[in-house]
Amino acid sequence: MPFLESVRLALNTIRVQKLKSFFTLLGVMIGVMFLIAVVSIVQGMSNYVENDFAAKIIGVNTFTFRRRPNFNPNTTDDQWREFQRRPRIYAADVELVRSVQPVGNTSAIVNQSFIYASTIYARPRQAQVIATEASYFDIKKLNITSGRAFTAQEVSAGAKVIVIGTDIVERQFGELDPLGRQLRIGGMPYTVIGILEKQGSVFGFSLDRQAIVPWTTPVSRLIQPRGDLQSMIVQGPTREVMQDGIESAREVMRGVRHLPPGKVDNFALETEDSALAFFDGLKKQMIVFGTALPAIGLVVGAMVIMNIMLVAVAERTREIGIRKALGAKRSDILSQFLIEASTLSVIGAAIGIALGLAAAKVVSMLTPLPAAVAPWSIGMALVLGAGVGIVAGVYPASRAARLDPIAALRQE
Amino acid sequence: MSPHTDDVALSTTAERAAVVQAAGAQPDKDWVIVTRGLKREYDMGGEIVRALRGVDLAIRRNEYVAIMGPSGSGKSTFMNLIGCLDTPNAGEYWLSGELVSQKNDDELARVRNKEIGFVFQTFNLLPRASALHNVELPLVYAGIGSAERKERAMEALTKVQLDNRATHRPNELSGGQRQRVAIARALVNRPSILLADEPTGNLDSTTSEEIMKVFENLAETGQTVIMVTHEPDIAAHARRVVVLRDGLIASDERKENFTSKLGL
Repeated sequence: MPFLESVRLALNTIRVQKLKSFFTLLGVMIGVMFLIAVVSIVQGMSNYVENDFAAKIIGVNTFTFRRRPNFNPNTTDDQWREFQRRPRIYAADVELVRSVQPVGNTSAIVNQSFIYASTIYARPRQAQVIATEASYFDIKKLNITSGRAFTAQEVSAGAKVIVIGTDIVERQFGELDPLGRQLRIGGMPYTVIGILEKQGSVFGFSLDRQAIVPWTTPVSRLIQPRGDLQSMIVQGPTREVMQDGIESAREVMRGVRHLPPGKVDNFALETEDSALAFFDGLKKQMIVFGTALPAIGLVVGAMVIMNIMLVAVAERTREIGIRKALGAKRSDILSQFLIEASTLSVIGAAIGIALGLAAAKVVSMLTPLPAAVAPWSIGMALVLGAGVGIVAGVYPASRAARLDPIAALRQE
Repeated sequence: MSPHTDDVALSTTAERAAVVQAAGAQPDKDWVIVTRGLKREYDMGGEIVRALRGVDLAIRRNEYVAIMGPSGSGKSTFMNLIGCLDTPNAGEYWLSGELVSQKNDDELARVRNKEIGFVFQTFNLLPRASALHNVELPLVYAGIGSAERKERAMEALTKVQLDNRATHRPNELSGGQRQRVAIARALVNRPSILLADEPTGNLDSTTSEEIMKVFENLAETGQTVIMVTHEPDIAAHARRVVVLRDGLIASDERKENFTSKLGL
């Protein structure tokens, strides 16, 4: 019997028994639904990390020179002690690294922490305070919507000026125009000179709570009480020039710290790759755990289908007998039931895909988790659906195919 | 005498004996069925039941044969063998010049599809399919395309005057109509034999007559019809009556005066 004929027959059988078919494919449906939802969310996160996160939080073609790595999952106690023993980074080190950078690389000292910001208008709220240089705005592609950024002169003079994000404007100034007004950071008064363009959020973490000040102002002492520097961000015009800069920085730092060959760096030079590697690990874990549960759903779904198909074979013994009497070969009966089982589960998978996409959409609307549909996951779900059907259908179908036509015809 | 009687081939006892006894020799294609020493035994929990103990039978193309016998005579077993639903333990079965007693399951399925049209006591229509689809079924397994299938199925339904009921399901049809659908289904693939198992067993006497009329018309147009029944008045419609008893042929009579029975 031709394939399409069998599919039509299967659809017919399914249509006649709508409710029973629905319950049959429930397992596959739920399994595929969660699979698609999880994969979409993980995919969305990874798209986000690769496209937005890396650019927004880390910066394009940048590396960071710091005492210890920022993105270092599963740090052991030994590693942590080693980090703590490392020499601190001072202005002299930063200047040294800066002096060996290839032409075209721009850099900015960055001291960053969460500090209470307060005005006379509202209660204090935490802000992400970044004490840096004027070039930071260029490196991070931060646009100013009103007012201005601070200048190199203001940085060298240690002017207590501040550029703030829209969240801080709303929370601390409400309807007032913040420009020219005072904002206290850790109790120290700063004059607002500019407002940043709205940045949005990453994983629910708002980027509009930034408050950017010259690193030469007292806030740096609050962030780094020992007078050392937290980090320096360096941006190259291209990836290659940036890599060049990393190697130059490594060379000069190892030299100044007298590190013999064979000893590892006692400072960190991090690129967005380390952040991406960190998220890749996270993504793999999420995919493994996120798909293990739906996989159980699919196994249960397969068992339900197998069970229902066994019932169907028992119920339709006479039909099988009739078909055999009329000339159906074993392979005809086998494929009829196999195709019926896989049509069932493919329909289940299709409904599951639709529900999974909807679920991913709902999750991305209600929570900060982004969702993006991975086309491969839809293909995989359909193949998986058909596979589940075939696996579940093999035993019942082969039982049907082996039925003796005489006995089958005699059955009431 | 109507002219058709000359076209209908009828085997004489002597001819049959000659064909049946030449074991191993391939019979002429004109002999639709030739069985030689057909034996079938069942193992019923250690006890061997000999349902057929060596049946020799030859049926020529265009014959209209009734197979009779009391229950336990082996007539159902014989019908299953003739219908290629079962294989004998011993003996030969030639169907249309083809030795089918040695064939495997799938080959038998092909033979059933091509050579045999079944009509059952309980009609055995697929309950969820329309009359047309039921009639189409043998063509589906013959691998015939959808358009030709529909056409031929419709043609077969027209032959049994049910073309106006094509879209009806079996439960929307009367018993006689159902049996006519079953006959259309049996004939749609132009089989060598029409094999009917108690075709009137579930029908009242008026409808039975109606169905017998259909069979007679078929026999007149040259269709080989074999009918298994235990009702003598139904068997009386056939031109030849074979009686089985205890797994052997007890009598094989040709009705010389069958035309008078047809009221011709």
